[in-house]
Amino acid sequence: MDDVLLLSRLQFAVAVFFHFIFVPLTLGLSVLLVWMETLYVRTGDEMWKRHVKFWGKLFLINFTLGVVTGITLEFQFGTNWSRYSEYVGDIFGSLLAIEATVAFFLESTFLAVWHFGWDKLSKKMHCLCIWLVAIASNISALWIILANGFMQNPVGYTINEAAGRAELANFWDVVFNPFGWGMYAHTIMGSWAVGGFFVLGVSAWHLLRGSHKEFFRRSFRLAAPFTLVLALAIAASGHEEGQNVAKYQPAKLAAMEAHWETGTNVPFYLFVWPDEANEGNKVEALGIPNLMSWIAFGDKNAEVKGLKDFAKEDRPPVAATFWTFRAMVTLGGLFILLALLATWQRNRELPNPGLLRLLVLNIPLPYIGLGLGWAVAEIGRQPWIVYGLMRTSDAVSPVPADNVFISLIAFIVVYTLLGALDIFLLRKYALKGPEEA
Amino acid sequence: MLETIWFILWGLLWAVYFVLDGFDLGLGSLLPFLGKNEEERRVMYNAAGPFWDGNEVWLISAGGVTFAAFPKAYAVMFSALYAPLLILLFALIFRAVSFEFRNKVESDAWRSLWDVVHFLSNLAPCILLGVAFANLFMGIPIDADGVYHGNLFKLLNLYGLAGGVFFLAIFMMHGALWLTLKSEGHLQTRALAAANMLWPAVLVLLLVFLGLTAAYTNLFANYFAMPLLFILPVLALVGLLGVPVMLRRGKPWLAWASSAVFIIFVTFFGVAGMFPGMIISSIDPAATVTAFNGASSQLTLKIMLGVALVMVPIVLVYQFWVYKLFSAPVTARDLEDPHAY
Repeated sequence: MDDVLLLSRLQFAVAVFFHFIFVPLTLGLSVLLVWMETLYVRTGDEMWKRHVKFWGKLFLINFTLGVVTGITLEFQFGTNWSRYSEYVGDIFGSLLAIEATVAFFLESTFLAVWHFGWDKLSKKMHCLCIWLVAIASNISALWIILANGFMQNPVGYTINEAAGRAELANFWDVVFNPFGWGMYAHTIMGSWAVGGFFVLGVSAWHLLRGSHKEFFRRSFRLAAPFTLVLALAIAASGHEEGQNVAKYQPAKLAAMEAHWETGTNVPFYLFVWPDEANEGNKVEALGIPNLMSWIAFGDKNAEVKGLKDFAKEDRPPVAATFWTFRAMVTLGGLFILLALLATWQRNRELPNPGLLRLLVLNIPLPYIGLGLGWAVAEIGRQPWIVYGLMRTSDAVSPVPADNVFISLIAFIVVYTLLGALDIFLLRKYALKGPEEA
Repeated sequence: MLETIWFILWGLLWAVYFVLDGFDLGLGSLLPFLGKNEEERRVMYNAAGPFWDGNEVWLISAGGVTFAAFPKAYAVMFSALYAPLLILLFALIFRAVSFEFRNKVESDAWRSLWDVVHFLSNLAPCILLGVAFANLFMGIPIDADGVYHGNLFKLLNLYGLAGGVFFLAIFMMHGALWLTLKSEGHLQTRALAAANMLWPAVLVLLLVFLGLTAAYTNLFANYFAMPLLFILPVLALVGLLGVPVMLRRGKPWLAWASSAVFIIFVTFFGVAGMFPGMIISSIDPAATVTAFNGASSQLTLKIMLGVALVMVPIVLVYQFWVYKLFSAPVTARDLEDPHAY
């Protein structure tokens, strides 16, 4: 059973992280495409139409993989986490079903109309399609994250002892779960920033080579301030989310900060090296007094619970949670800096080549930042699959380990292949540049 | 009562999925047989072009609704059918990618490779869906803990395989009828010939499948308890008989619609026979997951019913609009469009 658990966790991690490579760009580029096509409809400027077509092509390549990798995820709960599905399906399943009927249909159907409908629809109707796609994608993300929000902070349920499962008690509590909305804000803005940095990076590559100069100057000018606003909002929403974690998931917070001893007026150390085996930190240097208490609770005198106050079997893996969190925050800082520089340079004939090179190299980093954020959320929730309610080890399906082993290998092989193909095609079409008018 | 309503809706979602994704899966399975040159093959891809993605969402919805309304059935069904379900999902991944990537590199070898992928990734779901549903009709070896005592090969029994062949023939006929609507010239002639050739095969397979169903499953018990239900297989037969009638009258759209009626009632024939069973245990009748012991709480069923009654009609309306918008045959001019597959 232990093998099945480990293999199933690995498989879910592969499936979800791979899915989450494609989704953020779908969310982010859909918003930018709405902006570009609306500008085209309002100004009649053909240059905007070329923008929609160029970025739209990249959007479509990316979108397909987001869809298909999402389908496997929906069924993973049944294939690999059947005990979980039985126990909380009453609540969790409905959120997924609502996502499909309310949002996913709309997104998939109108994406196809937008894709094939250039000559069949009026300008305005065509533009309406991308609006619907963007709205539906972002609503779809909301329901998925609300479902995850229930796993992070279960609300609105009662335990039915006779049936041996959790049942819905108050639908609106589940829908307005403050934890879920906090995650949604942070995730959605991160995803839009992925779109912004993607456009900046591809534009920077062309600007460095002087190809399609007018075209990519315009993309750059549009994306830079958009990305800056988001990079700042990500930091603000991240702070909000940190406070939610402090309130609802104290063990995760303690792991994120490698904070062992309960205390008040807790300082924040710039340099920490956690030592899980000895329940302490090897290094704690450059402390800023009271800062962690203030970050977590907005009060420098607040008490922050330490890891030692939680039984060992209730603690998340400390090192993994700590390092993924630190890496995410560091990247977040880098994104603000890059977006600030890009916004400052956006009206130049040619922005600083050093900055442009950095923006090209930066293209994968926002993806990594988002992946790290998910890792913090999911690893930090362990050992629970539903925080405080159900352990991950009780959730796994009674399936033979060799089945899961084979499927895990298949996931890794197929997804690596798809990832390589996707990068190959995105690169090909990004470097090819827009069609001439 | 809510459980019964949801059981019917559950059947309906699968039926709609089979009708809609059925034609594009069948069409993809016909690719090497009907697409004789590059232009014809591209017509076939583009005949499914604006539809396949929206069609596939019906599978997500069927899965999602199973999860929401019958969490226990969802849990047992997909963990018991672990191997075939994952093969189905991987096939659907490759299918989607073959649509999107095939025309993205100017190379004959690249396109031929994706044609092979496209064919296999459409063929496999047709067969697997049939094998899976036939096994569900018959019952699978699950115990009271929902543990499946078998393997992939146990599903490939005579009845399961008959289901696979039956579904494949149905979807291929359905796809050939769709291509008749969406193509012109030689390709259309061949599509029509294929539909005419597949039709008697489907009729024979229907009769064989009904016979095997009587021999291998308990589905007919419900029918003898409530003879009114015999209207379902009769309506399926009427739908199937309507196909050649409409083709002869030169009404290919109605022929496709007759085929859709046939698929809906074939699905309901099986689903009504299972009621209230959803995952019938072949080793322990007490382990059978039914619409009653597998259902969600009344509150969840009520809320989800509200969502379904509002959203499903809206979805049907806008998808119908899309079908109308793209109802014209794919022409050579459409293929010149840089957005075409």
